Amino acid sequence: MTVLHSSVLPIRTQEDIVRVRQATREAAVAQGFSLVDQTKLVTAASELARNTLDYGGGGDVEISRVNDPSRRGVRLVFTDKGPGIADIEQALRDGFTSGSGLGLGLSGAKRLSNEFSIESKVGEGTQVTIARWRN
Amino acid sequence: MEKIPILKMGRFLLVTVQVDMHDQLAMQLQEDLTERIVAARARGVLIDISSLEVVDSFIGRMISNIAAMARVLDAETVVVGIQPAVAVTLVELGLSLEGVRTALNVDRGMVLLQERLIAEQG
Repeated sequence: MTVLHSSVLPIRTQEDIVRVRQATREAAVAQGFSLVDQTKLVTAASELARNTLDYGGGGDVEISRVNDPSRRGVRLVFTDKGPGIADIEQALRDGFTSGSGLGLGLSGAKRLSNEFSIESKVGEGTQVTIARWRN
Repeated sequence: MEKIPILKMGRFLLVTVQVDMHDQLAMQLQEDLTERIVAARARGVLIDISSLEVVDSFIGRMISNIAAMARVLDAETVVVGIQPAVAVTLVELGLSLEGVRTALNVDRGMVLLQERLIAEQG
């Protein structure tokens, strides 16, 4: 996987979530995504950015335009140093929430992405990586 | 402070969301709308989201909440102008906006609200 361009944005305020949406949109447009694919990726980014803020206590996201030999995509890596997730399987279930949300953040973001991985250590933080490829 | 304007048209309130809302702005709209429904004795709320390029679970929940609060205050809510890409994404995300009436555009949304009013008066 070749990284064409990469930038890191802070996620500390609600306005930062809006900026993450905008920067993700720009990366998806630059990679030639269709409108539906742009919208799916931006929505996933919005869910994960809110998780980073609400549950991780803030953090950052690295937004990268990436190319494989045969396809173009966008990769997002959300990192926080929050409390971590004890039971990832449970957190990924639709409707599960430890906060006031609908519990669609993680599971929804996973469905809206082509690749999804999550690493978390209790007391250390959480890193969620997603990628979506141009159809 | 930044606010989303609420217009009054007869017995209805009209909201056009034209900015990419951050969460606090969406919460503020929820509060403002409930107050205006009571103050204006409104019977319907029409929310035009045709400018919104993203509706995530937070905004989706806000829309459902507004519809539920309005219903408790005896007003009907119709959401209009959902972009096709947003509709596709909402369903995949797992949000179906249950309990929220939708229409393709403002004209059809107004017809829905007026029909309800006429049906009650008739």
